[in-house]
Amino acid sequence: MSILIYVEHDNNELKADTLKTVSAAQAIGGDINLLVAGHNCAAVVEQAKNVSGVSKVLVADNAAYANQLAENVSLLVTELAADYNVIMATALTTGKNFMPRVAALLDVAQISDIIGVESADTFVRPIYAGNAIATVQSLDSKKVITVRATAFDAVATDGNADVVNLSQATDAGTSSHVNDEFTESERPDLGAANVVISGGRGMQNGDNFKLLEGIADKLGAAIGASRAAVDAGFVPNDMQVGQTGKIVAPDLYIAVGISGAIQHLAGMKDSKIIVAINKDAEAPIFQVADYGIVADLFDVLPELENKL
Amino acid sequence: MKVLVPIKRVIDYNVKVRVKADNSDVDLANVKMAINPFCEIAVEEAVRLKEAGAATEIIAISIGDKSCQEQLRTALALGADRAIQINTDEKLDSLHVAKLLQKVVEEEQPQLVILGKQSIDSDNNQTGQMLAALTGLPQGTFASEVKIDGDKVNVTREVDGGLQTVALNLPAIVTTDLRLNEPRYASLPNIMKAKRKPLDVKEASEFGLDLTPRTTLLKVTPPAERQAGIVVETVDELVEKLKNEAKVIA
Ligand SMILES: Cc1cc2nc3c(=O)[nH]c(=O)nc-3n(C[C@H](O)[C@H](O)[C@H](O)COP(=O)(O)OP(=O)(O)OC[C@H]3O[C@@H](n4cnc5c(N)ncnc54)[C@H](O)[C@@H]3O)c2cc1C
Repeated sequence: MSILIYVEHDNNELKADTLKTVSAAQAIGGDINLLVAGHNCAAVVEQAKNVSGVSKVLVADNAAYANQLAENVSLLVTELAADYNVIMATALTTGKNFMPRVAALLDVAQISDIIGVESADTFVRPIYAGNAIATVQSLDSKKVITVRATAFDAVATDGNADVVNLSQATDAGTSSHVNDEFTESERPDLGAANVVISGGRGMQNGDNFKLLEGIADKLGAAIGASRAAVDAGFVPNDMQVGQTGKIVAPDLYIAVGISGAIQHLAGMKDSKIIVAINKDAEAPIFQVADYGIVADLFDVLPELENKL
Repeated sequence: MKVLVPIKRVIDYNVKVRVKADNSDVDLANVKMAINPFCEIAVEEAVRLKEAGAATEIIAISIGDKSCQEQLRTALALGADRAIQINTDEKLDSLHVAKLLQKVVEEEQPQLVILGKQSIDSDNNQTGQMLAALTGLPQGTFASEVKIDGDKVNVTREVDGGLQTVALNLPAIVTTDLRLNEPRYASLPNIMKAKRKPLDVKEASEFGLDLTPRTTLLKVTPPAERQAGIVVETVDELVEKLKNEAKVIA
């Protein structure tokens, strides 16, 4: 069995979730190679070399992959797929974008967002916003899989893989990158933080999210939000937690002024400890919270910041 | 410019689904069904493009048994001009859905295909990208803004770090995210009018495709339930519990 894993990165940093995808690959078993496709991405290659359990790092460093456009990357991965039984990526922005193209070009089904490996062809994945868990067998000879990182532990970074430079420069010529508007933040990544504090519609406006910042500073937490808070323009889209936003599973998740709709729960209910702060005792969030406070968040937050 | 909008009939997003006692699948008997929320956003976007003069004709299409005609009528009431049902009783893989759509794209030659980024039942997030690959077209997935610009379309995408804008040569494939627009409600006169709009039915088996399943659903189980915890009275008590009982803060 040979497995190729697409490394999620931004040309500078290897996204830590890739280490969890490697552990999903180990559960399948076989010779594991990584692919770094980007431009001026030597720093990522250095990090990729150290990922444990990996024998080779394939590097496609070319302007065609600078922004990892799906049209171009999918052609590259499809070409490389000839030598592998399994192609994997983390279910993050890039993987979700290009992997189904690879599956279609290879004429196989994709198994999305797996949270468990039963055997080399049978996988576990959430459906219906996590309200049901499906066990699915793939009947294709080649497997194309995306991995929900929160379900797997990260492998170590004490490896020493060989680097193989590729000469491919597949450019479909049908799309181009215009610009990025990325949110700058000093805080840990939502997906990687041990503590997440999220605000919902109950926060009333974007300014009030400052009330979460003091607490986040003290706990080293990332700040998240419900869809309602993002839709209302309180905070940017990359903070949304849920079925269609980010999936998080920190040690501690604090939901502030969030009712607990199933679509929000889908993104955080695997957290170890959940705290809910909500003035409505009937809010569904209390059904999943380990600790709840039924109170006005504008009273609770300043006091909590003081007492931490 | 012709716009094709594939839509899916799914469980209503307010309904919490239950797993069948024999763990064979979820139980959809007597459950309220609706147009997938992301597909509804796709229809709305097409209608706005038409209202803005950028689109001339909107074709809604759904693949499924006869019951999905209900959602096609909804799309027609929202502003689609005509509809196509591809009839099948099979539960198709996304790959097969994409292959059927590819045939329709070849026949209808739309400049833009707008799909939902995922359906809230299978949560696969695949069909749009697969259709793009099969047709060789560029894609703008997870769109929060779509701007037609001559023979290109600029799509702003919701990505992990924030927003990314790409320029795609037309024809192109777009998949919608939640913030692309807020769908309108169909008015009663439009619901009446929709009943008279054309709805073609084709058989999935007529397309000459091999639709043999590529996956088998072995079982479906309910997720591990979280136990509801306790309500604390004071912030002091909360901090004490987090430190000493849960041990998640220092
Ligand atoms: C297809 C689809 C996908 C979706 N995906 C997501 C997703 O990924 N993530 C997501 O979050 N949602 C998602 N949603 C939306 C979801 O259904 C809910 O609408 C949303 O989560 C509600 O956000 P909220 O809890 O902040 O707002 P509300 O439901 O309005 O809840 C606000 C809460 O704040 C409390 N509150 C108000 N004021 C105070 C105060 N002063 N002190 C204390 N408490 C207060 C209220 O009691 C209430 O419980 C999706 C919906 C659809 C249809």
